[in-house]
This record gives sequence, C-alpha cells and structure tokens, in this order.
Amino acid sequence: MEINHEAILTQFPDLEWEEDTQSLIVPPEKAVEVVTWLKEHPEMRLDFLSCVSGVDYPAKEVKTKARNEEGKMEITVTQHPEKMEVVYHFYSMEKKIGPLVLKQRVMSRENSTVTSLTPIYRGADLMEREVFDLFGINFTDHPDLRRILMWDNFEHHPMRKDYTPPNDYDYEPTPHDDVIERAQEREKEREGQEA
Amino acid sequence: MSLLAKGILQGMAVTAKNFFQSYYKKDRLPTVQYPEEKSTVNQFTRNIPFLVFDGDDPIDGMRCTACTLCEKACPPQCIYIIKDKDENGKPIKRPAVFDIDSSVCMSCQLCVEVCPFESIRMDSEFELSNENRFEGLLLNRDELLRSNEYYHEIHPLEAQETDDRIVAKEAEAAAKKKEREEKARKAAEAKKAAAEKKAAEEATAAEEAAPATENKVAETEAPKAEAAPAETAPTAESPTEPEAKQADAAPEPKAEEETPEEPEKKE
Amino acid sequence: MSTETMPARGFNLSKDDLGADILEIAMGPHHPSTHGVFRMDLKLDGETVVDLKPIFGYLHRNHEKLAEDIPYPGSMPFTDRLDYLCGMTNNWAYALSLEKMLEVEVPERAQYIRIICAELTRLVNHCLLIGFFINDLGALGTPLLYALREREKILDLFETLSGARMMVNYMRFGGVRCDLPDGWLEECKRIVDKFPAFLDEYETLLNENEIVITRSQNVGVLTAEEATNFSITGPMLRASGVNYDLRKVDKYGIYDRFDFKVPLGAHGDCYDRFMIRMLEMRESIKILNQAMKDLPDGDIIGKVPRVFKPAAGTEVYGRIESPKGELGFYLVADGSTNPYRFKVRPPSFINLTALRHMCIGHKVADAVIILGSIDIVLGEVDR
Repeated sequence: MEINHEAILTQFPDLEWEEDTQSLIVPPEKAVEVVTWLKEHPEMRLDFLSCVSGVDYPAKEVKTKARNEEGKMEITVTQHPEKMEVVYHFYSMEKKIGPLVLKQRVMSRENSTVTSLTPIYRGADLMEREVFDLFGINFTDHPDLRRILMWDNFEHHPMRKDYTPPNDYDYEPTPHDDVIERAQEREKEREGQEA
Repeated sequence: MSLLAKGILQGMAVTAKNFFQSYYKKDRLPTVQYPEEKSTVNQFTRNIPFLVFDGDDPIDGMRCTACTLCEKACPPQCIYIIKDKDENGKPIKRPAVFDIDSSVCMSCQLCVEVCPFESIRMDSEFELSNENRFEGLLLNRDELLRSNEYYHEIHPLEAQETDDRIVAKEAEAAAKKKEREEKARKAAEAKKAAAEKKAAEEATAAEEAAPATENKVAETEAPKAEAAPAETAPTAESPTEPEAKQADAAPEPKAEEETPEEPEKKE
Repeated sequence: MSTETMPARGFNLSKDDLGADILEIAMGPHHPSTHGVFRMDLKLDGETVVDLKPIFGYLHRNHEKLAEDIPYPGSMPFTDRLDYLCGMTNNWAYALSLEKMLEVEVPERAQYIRIICAELTRLVNHCLLIGFFINDLGALGTPLLYALREREKILDLFETLSGARMMVNYMRFGGVRCDLPDGWLEECKRIVDKFPAFLDEYETLLNENEIVITRSQNVGVLTAEEATNFSITGPMLRASGVNYDLRKVDKYGIYDRFDFKVPLGAHGDCYDRFMIRMLEMRESIKILNQAMKDLPDGDIIGKVPRVFKPAAGTEVYGRIESPKGELGFYLVADGSTNPYRFKVRPPSFINLTALRHMCIGHKVADAVIILGSIDIVLGEVDR
C-alpha cells in the first residue's frame, strides 16, 4: 500500500526524502510540477488530496544529555532554525494506495509563502484558506485567499506558537475571587491609562 | 407524471398508520408531558460531579483528601481546590474549598476516572437551572457533598461495585499490614538470632583463620536488608479507610501527581 | 472578492445579459435550513443562484489550539463535540491515531465493541440526516420526527453504555472505557432487529414519493472526477459512483472480517445521496448482526503506558470512515505529554468545498436541498 518514493526521487533528484517522518520535502517553487507528475503517473495516480495542515516551528534550542566516550555527562545544544511547514496527505482513489506525505517547507516565519495546489486539487481550496487564516502562510495562485474561520479584520494568526490569547476575564467574570480581583486590577489599569 | 400519484398515496398510508397507532402503541408515541410527567432516569447517566461521604457527618466522612488529581485532569479546568489547614497551619487531608463551575463542566467523567479515593462521582440530576448565572452555577463543597446512600440510590450497580472495591482494598491493606508485622517480627527474630550467632561465631572465629568470617558477615546482613522496607512502608496503606486517612499520608501523592492524565487507572 | 475567480460550471450570468439586477442576500447564519450557524452569501438573478459564498466560523473555538495545551487523553471529550451527532466515531478516530503512533494493540473484544458503536452511530447519523433532508424539501416535521424517534432508541443504548447520549467520551487509547453492562447486548439486538422494519416503512414513505423525486433528482450533480478532485469523501463521494470506503480500503479495526457491500450511486445528484444513506443503513445492520454474533470475551483495554509520551518528531495521520466521510487526525509529537500539533480533518468542512460548484445555476430552494444533502454539522466545520 505504501508509495514507492524511490521512483519520485529518480524523477526529481533534487527533492529530499525525510526518513524520520516518511515525508517528501518539496521546495515551493517545484510543488506544482511534482504534484502534477504524481497525479498523472500511471502507477501512482495520486488523485485525492486528503488533508492539508500547517505546522509552525519557531526557532528553539534543544538540549540533549548524553554520555561521551569518557563516561561523563555532556550537554549538547542543537539549534533548530525557525520554519513553517504545509503538510499534504495524498492518496489514490483509483489505485487505493497511499499515503504520500508531501511537505512544502519555508525557513522563515515572517512572510512565508508557498505555492497553492488549488489549481490542481480543488479540494485544497478551503483547507489552504484555513492554513492561511490560522498560520499566516500565504499561498501564491490561490484563487480566493481570505480568512475563513476568524473574522475578516482579525489581526493575528491564532495557531502560531507565539500567539497569546486575549485575556477574557474582563467581560466574562468567573465566580472565583482571585479571577474577579485580576479583572478588577485590569479595569483599574485601563482606567489609569485612559486618565 | 401526475402530482397526486402512487408514491404520495403510499406515504399518506404510512402517516395515517402512524397517526392511529400512536393512540395505543407505546412505540409510536414515546414522548412524555415533561413537567407533569418525568421519564425514569437511566442509572448509568452522568451529569455534574458530586462528592461522596460515608456515615452521617458530611465533613468527617468526606472521602476526598484534596489531592488535586481531578483538578489537574479536568480538561476545561472547572474544578478548584484549596487544601484545609488546622489551627496550627498544618495541612489536613481535606478540601477547605472544592468548587465545580457547572457552567464550564462538560460531564466528561475524567475526574471520576483519576480519583484514587472513590470520592468524586457523577450525579444524574438534570434540572440544574438557576437564577444567578455566576454564583448560582458555581457549586461549592457543601452543595457537592452527597451521602453514600444517595449514590446507591442513583447508581445502584456502580455504587455497589465501588463499595466492594473499597472493602476489598481495606481487606488487602489489613492483610498487608498483618503480613508486614509478621515480617517485621520475623526479621527482628532473625536479627536477634543472627546477632547471637554472630557473637558466638566471632568468639570462635577469633581463634580461627580470617577468610571464613567474611562469608558470615554477608549472611547476617541479608535479613537486615529485608527488614528495612517494613519500617518505612506503613505510609502506603489503606487510602480509603476513613480513620486511617486522617493519620496516614496519601498513597504516594508525588508519584500520582506526575501522571494525572492517565485515565485507565481505575479499570 | 471577485465572483469569477473560481471556474464554475454552467451559468455565467451577469446583469447586463438579462437587463435585471443581481440581488445579493445573506442566507443565515440564523436560517433554519442551514443546519446551524452557517451563512451563504447568495447572488441571485431572479430565483437562480449566480454566485454563492459559504461563510462560517461562528462556532469556531480553535479546538486544535486547545488540544495543544492539554495532555493527550484530555482531548478525548473535546472530540465528542466536533461532530456532535457521532461522538463514537470521533472518539475512535482520535484513539486510532494515537494507537498508530504508539503502536498499541487493541484487544479483540474492544475492537468488536468499537465496531458495534461505530455502526450504531452510522444509523443515528444517517437517520437524522434523511430526516433533515426531507425537512429541507418542505416536508416539515413528520418524517423527521419518525427518524428522531428511532434515533432516540439508539441514544438510549449509548446512555446505558457510556453515561451520555451524545457526548459519549467512551473510547480510550487501547480499548474502550468500560465493558458492556448486563443485558445491553440483548437490548441492542432487539433494537437492531426492529430497525429494518422501520427502514421499510420509511422507504415506503419516501422513496417513491413524487415530490421527493422531482425536487432532488438531477439537482446538485457531481460527477465522479469532480468529486475526487474536490476531495469529497463519505456517502457523498459514493453517490457519485466512486468506490472508496475506508472500511474496505484501509480495513482499520477489524472491518476485514465482516461481509458487507458498499452501495454506489450512478448520477451523483441529491436523490442518490439520499438513497446511498438508506442503503448504507441496511449494510450497517448487516455488520451489526455479524459483530454481535461473534463478540468474544476478553479484555476491553490493551496494555497502555501510564503516561502517553510519544517520541519527539513522530507524526501520524490516522483516518476512519465516519458517517460523514473521512475523519482524520494528524498528530505531531514533541516528546512531551501534550501534542505539538493536533489537526483534525473534518469531512463536512471539506465536503463544503463543492457547495458553490453544485449550487450555481439552480434555484434558491434547491441550494437548501443541496446543502442538506452534503450533511454538515457546524461543530465540525468550525471546530
């Protein structure tokens, strides 16, 4: 049932196959070409785009502890650069095979832009709009790119890791005393600012 | 195709059948006139949680030990617990404040599943409307406390199972205690015997060759190691015994706290 | 937004062609036939739909973000609230995804119980959908209430089993929460045995009804190629004639042991979508009878770790055939007890993609039926 990724890599030798996650990393500028080939390939016929998801990876340091050769504990710090991913899961309805995980990856979180697959798979329309809305990833060639779940003049992208939700204690007090106190403090703060 | 044709007439026959049968067939008209007439509540129904107490006095018989496992497991975070303190400021294993915000609670039963003391259970009361949106829907400790008899009344099967489990646990704990005492006694005897033996042997060994004593020392140390856990163990016993609850520490609350999201514990 | 950005089939009307004004109306969010708080911004030329923009998000609560802040098992009750008519299948999809990630074995008995619950859910959902679909056609109340009456019996079963009628929270990673109560299986058998009689009656009421036929045949046609391209799944896809049922393709759980057929439509119109659901209910009853006959004894929950901590960097996409289509969960782990990314692939949200395409060129009243035949639940669309 698995898709033979070797064939794809022979056709497109500059693509990257990520073994850990079993996924194909495609640069945004080549996405349309690769996907069209996959869709028309007689043995794969990936005609069904099941799922489009955005994933946000802010830059972070990962500290791993490991024993070195002398038997001492050593902390190694790995720097993970910031990146944004749009993950596509493809299946074939005709051949009943799949999935093929295809990732469009961009290495910046500001103004990240990938290529829309809506011209090829019209099912991607709402899903890509959702990724745009919640992650702030732009899709070139998308026919109708606007917010879908949040309202139009909403400013942030709530699924980003650095998004902080608004403090809603002000207008929705809960019965706990400390919460009410906090709300009152905020009220005072705001009055002070206005004055 | 004429508009009033076979299909429509067939359908009308079905509706007519339903209409007339609704007068005498319970299957066809399962509704009840609600405020005047109430259908019986299924004994497995769950709604808002409540706290169970044993005996007559709600405060003394409270099973809850304010371990805050349920507070941590609650997905919408509607439980709010503050531990009680005695006059010296020493914490007591009992909640001073136990609030459930019933406007937030989503009746998922995860709190029931994580509770190691069989203390929090689901109510089947469904008429929860209130005039006050905030304070009225916040259920505090005294409103939440219900007797074990009430629990038996609403969930007979489940309550019986819980009681059986508690009895079994107590019996097990008692057996363990006994075993432990027995062990401690035996260990003490062995220690005594070993000490005597050692003393006797030392007296003789002093005259004999040195290497022989090493083995003996190793032998005499073994019962000591066995006796050691018996001395510290009583803290881990009988969590549901109401009298023991006050005196004993909760069964390793540290270890439990690290795994509050593990719902299968009670299975 | 430009109205001509998406290529649409059929009509290309503008007011210049007809010399008439294009009327813009907002249908919803509180319109009774939009099945919740869903809004369609329609552009009408007379009675004909020239353009349609689906607008939703009124029920948006960012379920995916919420799940990132709570441990894996804590998200289980939230999944009930996605598609609130089919709590059991939502639970299963989530449980299946994490089981796939951690490679947890599910015991036999739990597998059978899951299948029984999932197929009962399918009956519940299809029953209700047909009721509402007929309601949208204009048959106010009567057929819907017959459907609700039957659904109620199954919900009572769920209540006995899990404690709640809709927000079941019944499945767990590696199995199910509790065993079947005494007498549950007998009651279930009794209800399932009676169900075909209801279906017969229901089909007599509706299948040959001339109004149903004239209103729904050749309305909202979706060809097989279009359906695949629009990522449509579930009964709607099969109504267009594509043989793709995850119970047969993925064979998740133990579906390969059961003998059932996948009904397929030929035209892909609203009537086919309605009939497919009728036929699927009959197939579900077949599966239910087999599952209840073979239900083995044994454990209801497998060996699961005390704390769910998948290794960092693992990703999984688990999907099942929910009554509405392919329900998938895409999970990314970062080595902690909380998911790093928790993505739901909601079938009714994605099936809505084709709404505009299907409605253009039809009358307003038909747009209502087409929306009804897609089978959306706004709790799942908006998440």
